[in-house]
Amino acid sequence: MAEILVLVEHVDGEVKKVTLELLTLARSLGSPSAVWAGPGYSAEAKARLGEYGAERVYVADSAEIVDHVVAPKAELLAQLVSSATPAAVLVAATAEGKEIAGRLAIKTDSGVITDAVGLGDGFVAEQSIFGGGVNVKSRVSKGTPIVAVRPNSTAPEASAGAAAEEQVAVSLSDAAKATKVVERVKQEKGARPELTEAAIVVSGGRGVGSAENFSIIEKLADSLGAAVGASRAATDAGWYPHQFQVGQTGKTVSPQLYIAAGISGAIQHRAGMQTAKTIIAINKDPEAPIFELADFGVVGDLNQIVPQLTEEVGKRK
Amino acid sequence: MNIVVCVKQVPDTATERKLSSKDNTLDRDAADGVINELCEYAVEEALKIKEAHGGEVTVLTMGPSKASDTIRKALAMGADKAVHLVDDALHGSDALSTSYALAQTLKKIGYDLVILGSESTDARTGVLAAMLAERLGTPQLTLARKVDIEGSSVTIERVTDYGYDKVQASLPAVVSVVEKINEPRYPSFKGIMAAKKKPVQTLGVADAEIDTAQVGLGGAWSEVTEFAVAPPRAAGTIVKDEGDGGSKAADFLASKKFI
Repeated sequence: MAEILVLVEHVDGEVKKVTLELLTLARSLGSPSAVWAGPGYSAEAKARLGEYGAERVYVADSAEIVDHVVAPKAELLAQLVSSATPAAVLVAATAEGKEIAGRLAIKTDSGVITDAVGLGDGFVAEQSIFGGGVNVKSRVSKGTPIVAVRPNSTAPEASAGAAAEEQVAVSLSDAAKATKVVERVKQEKGARPELTEAAIVVSGGRGVGSAENFSIIEKLADSLGAAVGASRAATDAGWYPHQFQVGQTGKTVSPQLYIAAGISGAIQHRAGMQTAKTIIAINKDPEAPIFELADFGVVGDLNQIVPQLTEEVGKRK
Repeated sequence: MNIVVCVKQVPDTATERKLSSKDNTLDRDAADGVINELCEYAVEEALKIKEAHGGEVTVLTMGPSKASDTIRKALAMGADKAVHLVDDALHGSDALSTSYALAQTLKKIGYDLVILGSESTDARTGVLAAMLAERLGTPQLTLARKVDIEGSSVTIERVTDYGYDKVQASLPAVVSVVEKINEPRYPSFKGIMAAKKKPVQTLGVADAEIDTAQVGLGGAWSEVTEFAVAPPRAAGTIVKDEGDGGSKAADFLASKKFI
């Protein structure tokens, strides 16, 4: 079966969920090979990749790969595309994943598709564009298909693979070392899942009213094991940090469940969440456009509804 | 310092955006064209850098002739001059072709610092700045929420999932900016009037030494094979809160096995 490279996303040595999704997807189209780039590789990581079907694991775990921005990972993948001649390369459609895909495309003279929400035979990708208004099918017409797939596009399913390890030596070009990461600043994240990866996202908007009141959004999120998001109105007002902004100029999320509280549902916001599988809206304005998307909506005061929902979730778990 | 800020005209997100059934590309006539929002932050950052360090700000855009409105907007904000890459041969270019055409143009016009918005509201690929860095062989300083320049050294705060990375490189470099790096200024009346007199150079593919085999629909590395307007989501159940709205929402969650 044709080999498909999957670039592993990992944090603190742990394989992220999106990689398990990509391995699952790759299995339906060929034989997945995981590519580990950067420090943190371990026997546990290898086992995890094998559990989700990696037949091969390429390992390039030198620190140098993450000391410079993006370019080293693109060089590593280009080297593997040339030596292993895979049928396709899959990366997660994160901000960095897409940049890696872009540089790799140029290096390998190949086409690239970003933000795929599905991938089928012949590597035909499905995309949802214009804020979810249009569904597109597209494909790469030159070189090796490089596809950046959105987190939560596939449910990860375990299926054992051989996970044969192969160490890869990379010698980075001077150009790849032109940028230097001089400091990493980790901001308080808490125990919540990452916004773009989370299966459930609870977001607050203008209707939340204040920074302090975001605590009711956080409590609901914590009761569901969800990530917290915010509309642009809320981040512009300074009620919640910008990195949690969901929307056209913020993060795009595609969770199983999206709860929008006090968010009217302007295109700015819809563009970032419209591909969520199930949507719940809570808003005091019955005319709010968010209700057009909602599978379930409650018209009323979120200050009453959200705490009651949190309590009910706690009771019924 | 020679600062080039790349801007893009996009269909207004407030209007209905369409693909053309003729060739599956963006239907630019269906919607009003406006400057891409994140490009305004890029223009603002370019102007700030010029104000602090001196130099000149050149606006570069690739697009049909009506994209000149977007150039005027950036000039009205305070940019000094503009280059408009316009040619029918460019129609239908994908990100790879666009990055190639812009890189050729940048080599032609020269640059110390190239600034872009981190993505456009129409295609939303978010890859162009990285591709330009790759094509130009210059350092990639992307997703910046802050840019500091000292002599020939540029340091940015690159937004990450966990916070940010401080990343450093030497000029020349390609920088992309995220929203909230600054507050884009509104063009003043004086600025709007002055923009009408600022020089705009128009280049075609031959002027920029662009190989037409690598641009346009025919040169693209990827293709849209089909598209369809997304079916509307099935109408959901909307209830009015009668003191039990939270509880009813919990019932719904339970029916969908979320709890």
